[in-house]
Amino acid sequence: MRLLNRSAGRLSRHRRGPIAGLVMLLVGLALSGGLYATFSPSSSADEAQDQAAMAAKGRQLFLVSCAFCHGQNGEGLTAKDGQLIGPALAGVGAAAVDFQVGTGRMPMVQPGAQVQKKRPNFSETEIEQLAAYVASLAPGPAIPTREDYSTDGMSDQAKQEAIVRGGQIFLTNCTACHNFTGEGGAMPRGGFAPKLLDTDPKHIYEAMLTGPQSMDTFSNGNITPEMKRDVIAYIESMKTQPGYGGFGLGNLGPVSEGLFAWIVGLGSLVAFAVWIAAHSARTNKKKGTAK
Amino acid sequence: MSVDTSKVAASNTSAATASKPTKVGAIAAWSDERLGLAAMGKKNLRKIFPDHWSFMLGEIALWSFVVLLITGVFLTLWFQPSMAETTYQGAYPNLRGVSMSQAYASTLHISFDVRGGLLLRQMHHWAAMLFVSAMMIHMLRVAFTGAYRKPRELNWVIGSTLLILGTIEGFTGYSLPDDLLSGTGVRAAAGFMQAIPIVGTYITFFLFGGEFPGDSIIPRLYTIHVLLIPGILLGLVAAHMLLLVYHKHTQWAGPGRKETNVVGYPMLPVYAAKAGGFFFITFGVAALMGALLSINAVWKFGPYDPTKVTAGAQPDWYMGWPDGALRIMPGWESHFWGSTWSWNIFIPVILMPMLSWLLVTILPFLENWITGDQREHHLLQRPRNAPTRTAFIVSLMTWYAMFWLAGGNDIIATQLHSSINNITYALRVLVFVGPAIAFFITRRWCIALQRHDNEVLLHGYESGVIMRSAQGGYAEIHKPISESKAYAITVRDRGTEGAGLADGPKANGKLTLRDKLRTLYYEDDVQKPTVDEYDEAQAHLAHADHGDAHELEGGHGH
Repeated sequence: MRLLNRSAGRLSRHRRGPIAGLVMLLVGLALSGGLYATFSPSSSADEAQDQAAMAAKGRQLFLVSCAFCHGQNGEGLTAKDGQLIGPALAGVGAAAVDFQVGTGRMPMVQPGAQVQKKRPNFSETEIEQLAAYVASLAPGPAIPTREDYSTDGMSDQAKQEAIVRGGQIFLTNCTACHNFTGEGGAMPRGGFAPKLLDTDPKHIYEAMLTGPQSMDTFSNGNITPEMKRDVIAYIESMKTQPGYGGFGLGNLGPVSEGLFAWIVGLGSLVAFAVWIAAHSARTNKKKGTAK
Repeated sequence: MSVDTSKVAASNTSAATASKPTKVGAIAAWSDERLGLAAMGKKNLRKIFPDHWSFMLGEIALWSFVVLLITGVFLTLWFQPSMAETTYQGAYPNLRGVSMSQAYASTLHISFDVRGGLLLRQMHHWAAMLFVSAMMIHMLRVAFTGAYRKPRELNWVIGSTLLILGTIEGFTGYSLPDDLLSGTGVRAAAGFMQAIPIVGTYITFFLFGGEFPGDSIIPRLYTIHVLLIPGILLGLVAAHMLLLVYHKHTQWAGPGRKETNVVGYPMLPVYAAKAGGFFFITFGVAALMGALLSINAVWKFGPYDPTKVTAGAQPDWYMGWPDGALRIMPGWESHFWGSTWSWNIFIPVILMPMLSWLLVTILPFLENWITGDQREHHLLQRPRNAPTRTAFIVSLMTWYAMFWLAGGNDIIATQLHSSINNITYALRVLVFVGPAIAFFITRRWCIALQRHDNEVLLHGYESGVIMRSAQGGYAEIHKPISESKAYAITVRDRGTEGAGLADGPKANGKLTLRDKLRTLYYEDDVQKPTVDEYDEAQAHLAHADHGDAHELEGGHGH
């Protein structure tokens, strides 16, 4: 303790010296710069360069695979008769690209009632590059990170509370189209709300953020990021929930229940009726052994 | 016949004395002396019932009703018919802490905290589905075989009342849990009632005790569901069965079976065993379904909240057809003197089902008015031998089925990847065209089957044995059908035999509506062969059987 006091006192003697200010400034700069360099993956200058490089690569991919419908600068194309060929992409953001390309909806196979999902055509890096290019056109929602949509790291109780909250948000905003278990439902003219149970949490988050096709956009002002995370937590809990009542009959509600009542229930009872009537009081299975 | 008196004398050496009664006999005698059961039992325990699988369809409905009573009593022990707000703290994690009605909370309690509760709940629901569907196929059997003819018209009316009451009973039960699905159903029902012109709003206010949802509807539906309708159902079921005993069961035509007798087995022991066994089978099927197949997973729907709705919100299947009619109805609406007339709701959900039900209920009277037949009928008609009736019932079924399909239009669209709009447009047409096509096809089909009957009767059945004659020609051997089969086929009226007197032409020379309908009813019927034709054919067939096979003639058989 004495040693410390003595060295502090010795240092303190120079505190009003001519170079003290300069030294402190250099120490401060070195410390903050060093800390920043230690904890930040890349410098902001490098990142901007990376983004620009990725966007440039993304533009190459875009010109080959997307520009045919969306225009060479993502400005969108309209046919002479006013029919929209591909919408303008300025401002849709990286999240929209990651959703559309990441679920294989884009590039589209053919126009129709609804763009169907399929196996993605691009690798994850290529999707990032495309997203970077489209994001460079105008500011828009970014691709969410795992922390945005995952409840990892929360306590069990907090997780369960998130699921309960998410369930109520889900029933208010999502079930009208996606059905009460997320099985999906019909939309006008051949469209449909897709099944949510086999959709990646990231893509669910992006869909809420960007509102693809007939879906509404649930902006962060409407449904906060925490609420979005809770909805995803509820959907994930539905995936792992045991079938308490037995076989779920496709989770389609009373239509499939009615079908089972008629075919399985009534069908088997009528079969039993036939069986009972076939075994008459005087019937002997072996002919000629009647007493 | 002479009697061998020596043996009688040898075996009857002492006077008959009453031996000490067995224990069962003693109990029987004790109760008979006090209740007089023997006389009643002697008659009723030996009551004869004919044997056929299709006579047991009504039994499925009866036994599902018993399952419903048993499981229903179990559910009432825990269910709280109250719309008071409570916060759920039960075993189901995903709703813990959510505010809901006590009705819904107690349904969750039954499903997750009461031992065997979910099984009993699911059994109750499956049994309800079976109850209504069994009533329906039983009704179809009765209609297709003409069993509703005199003297059983009133029992038909009771039956059709049971069907509509069973449907309402099912709907009230479906509404009780107060989850999102059932609440949506109650909301829809409130709208249906409001669509009744003039009085709709008042009826809704009366039933709900004010504006929807209020806090009275669940307790009121509960009273209707567990007391009012089951009471009426029980009484009507009893009346239905008493009339069945009084009329005696109808039977199929066959050797020894006449309009004046019943050929079959006695109640005890044969039918007591068969029917008792069938109860356990019905109970078993309901239990298996309740144990293995999830039905109405209320916990997934969450509590009812008028701001929420879910895709795939449908009523149970028996309410599916008015729902389907509602889905495909164009949005017609009129405004008179400041009041709105919602044809788009009133016609499909109130008017159409009520008129359809009324038509079904008066079916025996309608048919009787057309034919003018005043005889009693205890022998069943094969559906082909009343082509117009059979065709009419099939066209009613088609009418029902098209609405039924429309009720699931969204599920059909998603499962078959088609456009819900196109399904709706197609069904708007099919609901009218379908029954007409079905009527025509069924009627011609029945007539073709009658023709086939005559062919089999006169020329025998196709034995499947192909003979090659000495000349090298090929022919199939036809063999005569058994006498009992021939008898069953020929027990039917010839032409308008049994029909009443025609009205005759009106003053302006035109036929009355009744005469026109009667002409349609009997027209194109293929008559059974006369005795002479039959004898001649038999002689020919016997001859042919001895080697002279028929030449194969393009499927005409002769």
